Amino acid sequence: MSAPSASLYRRRSVTNVVAIGLSCAAALFGLAFLGWILWTLLAKGLAHLDLSLFTQDQPPPMEEGGLRNAIVGSLLMCGMGVLIGTPLGIAAGTWLAEFGNHRRLGAAVRFVNDILLSAPSIVLGLFVYAAFVMNTGGNFSAIAGALSLAFIVLPVVVRTTDEMLRLVPVQMREAALSLGIPQWKVTVQVLYRSALPGIVTGILLALARIAGETAPLLFTAFGNEFFSLKIGGAMSAVPLVMYKFAGSGYENWEHLAWAGALLITLFVLATSLLARAFLLRKRAAHD
Amino acid sequence: MNAIAVPASSRRDAADARHDRQFRWLLTATAVFVLVTLAGAALSMLWGGRSVLAHEGLNFFISSDWNPVENRYGALVPIYGTIVTAVIAMAIAVPVSFGIAFFLTEVAPRWMRAPVGTAIELLAGIPSIIYGMWGFFVLMPVMREHLIPWLDAHVGPLPVIGALFRGPPIGAGMLTSGIVLSIMVIPFISSTMREVFLTVPTRLKESAYALGATKWEVSWDIVLPYTRSAVIGGVFLGLGRALGETMAVAFVIGNSVGFTASLLEPSTTIAALIANDFGEATETYRAALLLLGFVLFVVTLVVLAIARLMLLNLSRKEGNR
Repeated sequence: MSAPSASLYRRRSVTNVVAIGLSCAAALFGLAFLGWILWTLLAKGLAHLDLSLFTQDQPPPMEEGGLRNAIVGSLLMCGMGVLIGTPLGIAAGTWLAEFGNHRRLGAAVRFVNDILLSAPSIVLGLFVYAAFVMNTGGNFSAIAGALSLAFIVLPVVVRTTDEMLRLVPVQMREAALSLGIPQWKVTVQVLYRSALPGIVTGILLALARIAGETAPLLFTAFGNEFFSLKIGGAMSAVPLVMYKFAGSGYENWEHLAWAGALLITLFVLATSLLARAFLLRKRAAHD
Repeated sequence: MNAIAVPASSRRDAADARHDRQFRWLLTATAVFVLVTLAGAALSMLWGGRSVLAHEGLNFFISSDWNPVENRYGALVPIYGTIVTAVIAMAIAVPVSFGIAFFLTEVAPRWMRAPVGTAIELLAGIPSIIYGMWGFFVLMPVMREHLIPWLDAHVGPLPVIGALFRGPPIGAGMLTSGIVLSIMVIPFISSTMREVFLTVPTRLKESAYALGATKWEVSWDIVLPYTRSAVIGGVFLGLGRALGETMAVAFVIGNSVGFTASLLEPSTTIAALIANDFGEATETYRAALLLLGFVLFVVTLVVLAIARLMLLNLSRKEGNR
């Protein structure tokens, strides 16, 4: 082997080794920070995650208490958000997959939906404030909070419904239509049944996303120190309480904030894992 | 029997056709609703902020005098803060994410790829307020005690860039926010990159390996050019997130509307300012914040539109559309 070619080989293999080393370092760096965050969460939150968290309401500073009002508020508003966003999302996703697939309007809706999917959530909160809260007398309400969450759910469900319906084989549609079944029945009774696990995955992913949302609730649900089930009035949510309590300087408030953070993270991780399990079951069923 | 059956079935056909039409209209209406939402979001904020826009005009964008008490709204500081924090975040997150994606597609042993990839995707779903709390309680003390004094002493005296790194050890500021943001978007960008790297046909990569290319050469000269537009798309998606992120920043930015060139001193971003002040704001102040929200929306809209167009490019190359 001649000298120049040997030095070329050496240079190439050195570059390669350096690049691989750097990529391992990058992976370690990224995972280390993420591990650090999870560890902080466990270390600070686990000790305060107990039953009183679910049975007592949010306390004044320096007193014992829990997060019952916030947990109930979160559940209510997330539930309503999913209930409002899901039917709209499934319908729009069905239109995209079944009717608008090769049309210009379809491409436009898909594009806009993709943008909504990653739009900053604070903007959606401001939108609901300007369009709903300001027009209902400026009162903060749980309904407004649920609406702003529904606008986060909507694009996620549209996207997954669209994708899952397009995965259903054309033959299935043709077989059903050739039996003389009207198209809406084909969609509702044949296609939805086949795409159901995928659609459920989408809903679960959307739920995981809104569970920790704070910014849009600031100007819509606003938060409430007391237990409330009135959906026309201000309501608390776990992330809202965390925002108020963390960094307040009161020790018991900070403990509650960490417990809430751990609770939300566990919920989000469990929901996303469940969503993945649903998707895997679908893949297994199709193979 | 025929005489009875025919009208019955034709009546039924007519009903079916009617239901089909109604079904189709219903679905079309919801799809149009999605379109209208975006326009409605933009216009409602512009409408809510119109009084301030009429009053301030162009001054809103070029003045750094943000004084709600005297009704003067110049949004240069939050706009500047938003851009600077996002740029810091991208400067850290893009190379690290590329490294992680390279690691997960070419370097790591096969058994490791799926679990680590899944772990990173799950981490991308952690609510941003958690990152904010971590930044406030863990990163800020570290910045205050170690990194900022060091930067102030060693980088601060340098001629040009020194001005960016001078300041008291407070801990809250644009540098801290940029770091928290970068940690938040790393899982996001790296999982997008990993996904698009996996779309490269194995044929292409194996041909390169057969010619004796190293792993790095395959990644840099084969995979990256093939996926270039989608990688840029993924980076812009991350940028869109960093620009509009609220909770992760609100904890660590320091919330000060006074102008400072230093990355180490408290500042603010559009989203953090809105989140912080909206609840207690007066009516005109709320209008100014709505207008600020509109500005943020337009900026992220442009960034996200570029991202989506870039990502579409790759799927067109694959022949999906």
